[in-house]
Amino acid sequence: MSRNERNISSGVDFTIIWLYAILVSVGILCIFMVEYRADTNWLQSFLGGKTNYSKQLIFAGVCAVVATFILLTDSKLFTAFANLMYAFGILLMLATFVLGKNINGSKSWIPLGGGFNLQPAELCKIFTALALAKFLSRQEVDFSRLRSQLIAGAITMAPAVLSILQHELGLALVYSSFLIAMYREGLPAQILIIGSSFAILVVATLILEPNILAVILTVIAAVIIFLLRRQVKRNKGLLTLIIGIWLLCVGVQRFVVPYIFNNVLECYQSTRIYSMVGKEYDCSENVKARKKSASEKPVRKPDDYNVRQSKIAIGSGGLLGRGFLKGTQTRGKYVPEQHTDFIFTSLGEAFGFTGCVIFLLIYLFLLYRIVKIAERQRSVFSRVYAYSVASILFFHIAVNVSMTIGLFPIVGIPLPLISYGGSSLLTFTVLIFIMLKLDSDRQMVLR
Amino acid sequence: MPVFHQNRSSIVRIIFACIFLAITGQLVHLQLLSPGYKAAADNNAVLRKVIYPDRGIIFDRNRKSLLENRLSNDLTVIPAEARGIDTIAFCALLNIDTAEYKKRMRDLIARNTSVKPGVFEALLSPAVYARLNENLYRFPGFSLVERSVRSYPYHTAAQVLGYIGEVDTAFLRRHAGEGYEQGDYTGMNGLERSYEKILMGQRGVVCYTRDNKNRIQGSYENGLYDTAAVAGRNLYTSIDVEVQQLAEKLLRNKIGSAVAIDPQTGGIIAMVSSPGYDPEMLTGKERRKHFAELLLDTAKPMYNRAIKGQYPPGSTFKPIMGLMALEQGLITPAYGYPCNGAYYNCGFRVRCEHAEAGHAATLQKALAKSCNSYFLQLYRMTLDNPVYGGAENGYKKWEEYVHAFGLGVKPGVDLPGADMANVPTLAKYNAALRGPVTGCNTLTLAIGQDRLTASPLQMANTMCIIANRGFYYEPHFVDSIENETAEDKGLLGQYRQLKQVTANRAACESVIEGMYDATQYGTAAAIKIPGTDYCAKTGTAQNPHGDNHSWFVCFAPRENPKIAIAVIVENAGFGSRWAGPIAGFMAEKYLNDSIPASRMAEVERIASADLIPAALRNWYRNREKPAAEPGTIFTGANTLVTGITASTFTAAEDQPQRTNLALSNEQPVLVNNSKKKKERSR
Repeated sequence: MSRNERNISSGVDFTIIWLYAILVSVGILCIFMVEYRADTNWLQSFLGGKTNYSKQLIFAGVCAVVATFILLTDSKLFTAFANLMYAFGILLMLATFVLGKNINGSKSWIPLGGGFNLQPAELCKIFTALALAKFLSRQEVDFSRLRSQLIAGAITMAPAVLSILQHELGLALVYSSFLIAMYREGLPAQILIIGSSFAILVVATLILEPNILAVILTVIAAVIIFLLRRQVKRNKGLLTLIIGIWLLCVGVQRFVVPYIFNNVLECYQSTRIYSMVGKEYDCSENVKARKKSASEKPVRKPDDYNVRQSKIAIGSGGLLGRGFLKGTQTRGKYVPEQHTDFIFTSLGEAFGFTGCVIFLLIYLFLLYRIVKIAERQRSVFSRVYAYSVASILFFHIAVNVSMTIGLFPIVGIPLPLISYGGSSLLTFTVLIFIMLKLDSDRQMVLR
Repeated sequence: MPVFHQNRSSIVRIIFACIFLAITGQLVHLQLLSPGYKAAADNNAVLRKVIYPDRGIIFDRNRKSLLENRLSNDLTVIPAEARGIDTIAFCALLNIDTAEYKKRMRDLIARNTSVKPGVFEALLSPAVYARLNENLYRFPGFSLVERSVRSYPYHTAAQVLGYIGEVDTAFLRRHAGEGYEQGDYTGMNGLERSYEKILMGQRGVVCYTRDNKNRIQGSYENGLYDTAAVAGRNLYTSIDVEVQQLAEKLLRNKIGSAVAIDPQTGGIIAMVSSPGYDPEMLTGKERRKHFAELLLDTAKPMYNRAIKGQYPPGSTFKPIMGLMALEQGLITPAYGYPCNGAYYNCGFRVRCEHAEAGHAATLQKALAKSCNSYFLQLYRMTLDNPVYGGAENGYKKWEEYVHAFGLGVKPGVDLPGADMANVPTLAKYNAALRGPVTGCNTLTLAIGQDRLTASPLQMANTMCIIANRGFYYEPHFVDSIENETAEDKGLLGQYRQLKQVTANRAACESVIEGMYDATQYGTAAAIKIPGTDYCAKTGTAQNPHGDNHSWFVCFAPRENPKIAIAVIVENAGFGSRWAGPIAGFMAEKYLNDSIPASRMAEVERIASADLIPAALRNWYRNREKPAAEPGTIFTGANTLVTGITASTFTAAEDQPQRTNLALSNEQPVLVNNSKKKKERSR
């Protein structure tokens, strides 16, 4: 029991803690920039607890307490309870269907009373990371086998599917980031390649005319057959495979993608994705929109206002930015949801390209540091968990920043540690500090 | 447990780095290579409010403002930026249809190109303004511009004051570097144009920041980019608004013009061209419609006959003829001509209105009775003056003399477009006559006929010269400018310079004697100005357009004259019949400050007299007919309708604002329709 007598700081990676602290501070400053009004006493409102930046400060305090608490616990706890917590998380998500409260059109919140709401999908990220780590660290699991891959997939997909059912597409997408962690653990690269090829096909479907794309696909297939004509002669199976793939691609392009856009996605989601590639989506083809317009009020035509204003804000920053509190886009509240999902714009406008790059470098440094920590773990559990943390952070950062600069359709994904929001801040704090705790105990042999 | 796939850790790092690089690449694109975003942000947040200075105000001689400024709002648009807006919602705000929207956009692009701001809808009503202001953020490219608009408290002197209009591309090209911008207003005519530089002032700019709901947040960069607006300076004119209004009233329902000048300064007291229009017509929302109506009106209400009209002066030219003969020593005031009703000396007959013996026994009598023969004789004497040797040289001398009186010379009046009228040069005459000018082949020049023409302004000025006994000041409107600068003094200098025409005071007195007699027992005897002796000359000018023009020139009082007037009523017969009383009442109003109630009936009689030529009247009648002829209904309808239009036309004439032909023409149409409906229901 000598470990328990050790100082809690021993073995903890202070680089991460510093980065964490810097990012949280930057976040509060960014929210301050967004909410600042020239005519109020900022010190007073900082302490008043009424404004969002002051609330975020309180959240940060709570997070500090939670972080300390995590560092004080025994890391065995996380391995021991991983599956249980996962089950609990799934249960909570199911519970939202019964207890759920509608906030901003998504029914993914459980009211806790006192004005606080819990979003189980956020928490589930932690639980899923733990559960995945737990599963992959089992002695009997051989990740090169398809069966294990499918089980791991199921572990990550279950909360994702539940999120989609709660109309939280963004949160659902986050679960795909576990692919990176799984890839590190030996998931065949082919899956990623096939996955990205599919993504390219989908994008091509959006951009190109259906007929032109079909012709291109046919030409590609023909060229491949021509190049491989000797092999094809010897092996008829190859020909069948190529033709099969060709058929599949054309099928996807012709039927699957339009089906998804018209029948699975909401009208606004399809519109956002189409506006990414600079096209307009006709909502009258959307089944859900039709249903809605039949029953409720007519579907408002959404435009790319958010992205446009966000790009203007970032673009107007120039090289050095407009200066702290001087951004006109921010001050004029031109960017909707600027304190949450579009917080990056305030930074981009105030501090320009230089500020953005420094900020991104801090993030990149954090990610690399986590990867480094992951690689120094002796236990598979800790490593998988650390990779999951890195992947989740990376996915959030990449998607959030990309959507503010117009590289990705708008999905409601917060910028880790920066965006306003207690749930989000707490989730990332817990994610990171569990990893730190595991890391500080890396000398222990965990399973 | 052995660590497999260790190399994948670097692949993961590479993936991270790649995505971050992609993001950085997009940031480079957005922040370093796209200056447009900065402009877009400024466009969003910086409200560059142009502060239009108040245009200078124009006052009359009693410091009454002939025009004032009223605040209004324009909706301007940069067509290129307005693409892809929700047109239907926008049109609903403005109560127009999309076809109208498209049409206006097309017009704007044609006029201004699509990248320059143009006025989409001018002079918004307060309700529309409020609606728009609330929703404007939804319509990029559109903005609201506050501007002051002219208003005319006296609704008078439209052709003199002119109007202001939006500058067009051609104007901007001509006036590059003078501080005009697209969407600005400039004086298009009249005093507004002549004194544009003084009236316009200097535009100012204030930059505000505004938020997404278009609410102003405060000044931008603490007013670093702001400039103050400098108000335009006021003009103080010599117009007497009451005389002007009276003259307009008297000339109502007539084609004609009246000009009154203060001979002691050259300041114009009143200038009327009839038909005129209410200056308010060219300020309000309906400006464009009214403009078209005025332009298409055959009677040309926008045409200032006082300075552009070219009328044969007729007998009103005779005082000049007399003065010329006296000055050249050809005659003495006692010279007489035995006129017996016509002039035969050239082998053809020129009629005179008078046949009784001795009506041209002296210059005085000849002027009083307006004897044609007398002045024809003077003309022949002038041309055949042996001093010059030959009629052609005589003609040159005559021409020179007439020019000295300001005829055939472009007046220096401070209105754009004043016409020099016509005093034919010798060369032109010789060419036209296919032979040398002689006293006989240009004989009727003596009585202001032939090819001699003059504008009412010029004739009023000749009266000034006679009234002043030989000199005049260039007729003008503006006496002084607020905060006059050296440059302004240069501008107004020409109006403050005495111009001597003749030093022969005695000759002038002789002519004045004759003109005074005209008001005593002569042609103008019927016209009196109570309490004042005055001098006058009537004119009845033959013209190729129909009945004789009725002319009247006068000045009053005889000694120390204060007002000189020229009035013409087209195709109205004898000068003393219509033009005379109009001039008389103008002088009376100016000198006595009021017209007694007993004489107001006469004023009303003249004001309500309709002397519009038949051809014009027909034109108006046709215009006021309903557009859709009821050709398909029973045959009787046609005659019925014409009957009604005729009657409604007279009804319209009885309305006090007869000058606003365009305004009143809607009413008869309405009446027609209702009558027709009744007819049908029966």
